Amino acid sequence: MSKIQRIVILGLILFAIVFPLISNNDYFIHVMTLSFIWMIGVYGLNLLAGYTGYLSLAHAGFFAIGAYSLGLLTVKAEMNFWPALLLSLFITGVLGFFVGLISLRTKEHFFAIYTLCVGYIIYLVIDKWDSLTEGVRGLIGIPAPANIGPLTFETLRSHYYLVLFFLLLVVLIMYRIVHSLSGRTYIAIRNSEDLAQTIGISTMKSKLTVFVISTVIAGLSGALYASFVRFIGPDIGSIAIVFDFLTYLLVGGLGTLSGPIVGTLLIVVLSQRLQFLQDYRMLVFGPVLTLLIIFYPRGIVGAVAAWGQKRRSSVHKTRLNNLPEEQVKEG
Amino acid sequence: MTFLETRKLTKNFGGLVAVNNVDFAIEKGKINAIIGPNGAGKSTFFNLISGFHPPSSGQVIFKGQDVTKLPANKIAQLGVARTFQTTNLFEQSTVMDNIIVGHRLRTKSNLFDAIFRTKRLRKEEALCRDKAMEVIEFVDLQKVAHKPVSGLTQEEKKRTAFALALATNPEIVFLDEPAAGVNPDETEGLATLMRKMANIGVTVCLIEHKMQMIMKLADKIMVLNYGEKIAEGKPEEIRNNETVIKAYLGGSAIA
Amino acid sequence: MEILVQQLFNGLTIGSVYSLVALGLTLVYGILHIPNFAHGALYMMGGYITLTMMTKYGFHYWIAIIVSILVVGLLGVLMERFVFHPLREAPPIHDKIAAIGILLFLEAFAQFVWGAEYQSMPTPYGQVVEIFGLTFTMQRLLIVIAAIVVMILLTLFLKKTFTGSTIIAMSQNREGANLVGINTKKVAMLTFMISGGLAAIAASLSAPINLVFPGMGHLVILKAFVIIILGGMGSVPGAILGGYILGFSESLGATYISNDYKDIIAFVLLVIILSAKPTGLFSKGGH
Repeated sequence: MSKIQRIVILGLILFAIVFPLISNNDYFIHVMTLSFIWMIGVYGLNLLAGYTGYLSLAHAGFFAIGAYSLGLLTVKAEMNFWPALLLSLFITGVLGFFVGLISLRTKEHFFAIYTLCVGYIIYLVIDKWDSLTEGVRGLIGIPAPANIGPLTFETLRSHYYLVLFFLLLVVLIMYRIVHSLSGRTYIAIRNSEDLAQTIGISTMKSKLTVFVISTVIAGLSGALYASFVRFIGPDIGSIAIVFDFLTYLLVGGLGTLSGPIVGTLLIVVLSQRLQFLQDYRMLVFGPVLTLLIIFYPRGIVGAVAAWGQKRRSSVHKTRLNNLPEEQVKEG
Repeated sequence: MTFLETRKLTKNFGGLVAVNNVDFAIEKGKINAIIGPNGAGKSTFFNLISGFHPPSSGQVIFKGQDVTKLPANKIAQLGVARTFQTTNLFEQSTVMDNIIVGHRLRTKSNLFDAIFRTKRLRKEEALCRDKAMEVIEFVDLQKVAHKPVSGLTQEEKKRTAFALALATNPEIVFLDEPAAGVNPDETEGLATLMRKMANIGVTVCLIEHKMQMIMKLADKIMVLNYGEKIAEGKPEEIRNNETVIKAYLGGSAIA
Repeated sequence: MEILVQQLFNGLTIGSVYSLVALGLTLVYGILHIPNFAHGALYMMGGYITLTMMTKYGFHYWIAIIVSILVVGLLGVLMERFVFHPLREAPPIHDKIAAIGILLFLEAFAQFVWGAEYQSMPTPYGQVVEIFGLTFTMQRLLIVIAAIVVMILLTLFLKKTFTGSTIIAMSQNREGANLVGINTKKVAMLTFMISGGLAAIAASLSAPINLVFPGMGHLVILKAFVIIILGGMGSVPGAILGGYILGFSESLGATYISNDYKDIIAFVLLVIILSAKPTGLFSKGGH
């Protein structure tokens, strides 16, 4: 990572930390917290779709499972938030494991359709099984995270920092994964699953691992959402959430590390600015999605990176042309 | 014990018999070639050996072990590497990035190592990188190591494919038409490279159409036609074999 | 016994709609090898256009349907030209995402223009008919008859006309078809036009019973996907057969098992089939 990138990132983190302390705009802090929650979900989608090449349309289902697990455990079973959170992640992961085990044996379109159906089944079950989930009535009264020692999370600002902490954690984990041999393995699978097999990669094991991680991250996002908004309904399992995530991801850049942040931020801020956009967002974002995938599949971040690479190679070429022979060989 | 052999290997696709009862024994350390007219079943034969398709019947025995039903990645782990006819590479990545992942199968790092950046991960990353550099130098591609694959010439791509196969630390490499789409000078270069591989102990088995290269390069040749083995032996024997000549020309032999 | 017959007829009705939608989807899959996720939006637009033609311009039901067929067919062609054609060399995930973008846009568009409420479509066929002592609504009879007529016409078109055979040729081998001089561009556009038309007919037939609203395509399209996977992606008889099987299963399931969970039948079926055979029921094998 270059020096400039490090500085920018540090600056952004600093800003994110300082901002709520100096601002009075509670509404904006609320919106920011929500965007952080979305970003976490988008990172989950990015790992599976962006880096491994598998578009899971069941993502919203796992978001909902995380949310409802946390909600039900804290409200109906009256569990403390923290063990409930861990249990929710575990439940999501286990379900993710079984869904992945079967769905990953399918490829491409079948996988998308299969996960689409699984997502719908999850939504339908949440909707119809009122005795457990309260169905259409929704689950209300979900508590904020419980205190850890002296730290309380009842206020908006404290909740903001909690979510920010999780976001940074997820980003760090993503960074480590992507820049490791495991990350290279996933990218190899995305680029050509056949070739990956030929060089000895156990594609099924890798895909399953990624699938489970992406569902756990979706579950985390859902659980944080439930605890932040304090009530949830079956609509959080609807396919619309996956489409939203997909839009954020694509605008930011599929398969990039900062794409989820850039994309989510941009769209959320734009939607806030333009009230019209709030109600009919997809009138604009639908075509944006389609146009992006045709012309800029790597989104904003990808386009910038490509531009940067072109500049670097042309600078490199000029330098090469000006160097004496021996030094060219080293380059 | 033969290094790698197939026994009565057969593959049917619906009603079509692509490979019919082929027995073939590959000798360690030698360059083996498989030739035959188009559609003779050569690539399918490779696919059967490397685990891409399960055979309809017959066996593949590698170093005394029955590997017939193993999936492609397990066979690669045992030391069998291959390249493809249409150069199958990770086009959007650089040569270096392509090849680093080639050594992945010999590493043990998992996700835990990745997230916590353990010593094992760092050691293995360095190992993969060193291995990649080593094979890149072996195939003489140092100059383009950091260029994206999409910008390479056909010959450079073929060399990258070789390097990728070599990065898996194979004992035997199956090359499917390694010199396709490459001019005579470059063909010479690739042939030299293959001889170099055999010299360091990597057994080579290739499918090719370029007769001159095969005759000069191969230690042993097998000829397939319509999925069946019609001849097997040293280049001189094959060159004068009536059945082979007939298969290629479809008529009587030219004396 | 009466209930059983009623439900069987219901299944026939539902199945007819499903089959028409699945047919459109399977035809496009045969050419593009991509399941068009935006097909549900075409279905929805078909419903809205017929509705608008009838309520705003006072057209007769059938005339409105014809207009709808033409408009949605055109929409299909535009989608092919401007979205799927540029993406033909891209990785398959791009096609899906692009289709999703179109879907989202069309739904937002419909909501913007026509509002989000459920609207009913007045039909000249609201009467009830008695056959063998059992009552049927005329509209439902119409659905079945119209669907069958359309399917027969389509099959005749594909099998007996030259243009139809070019579609079949192209679905089997695009390059080969190109090489023998078939104008693959025209065929692709034609297929999309037919696909859109079929969706429009299905929606227009079904709307008087099922209301018109922006999300009307969701469930239907999901089930159409299930159908073409069950019946074989690209197979015309598979789509028809699959559509009716699902129609009957849902109708009987709703009556005898549970009405709430009837929609799940399709998906459970899909999950079972794909779990057992990940390449679909009628895969061609090989690599």
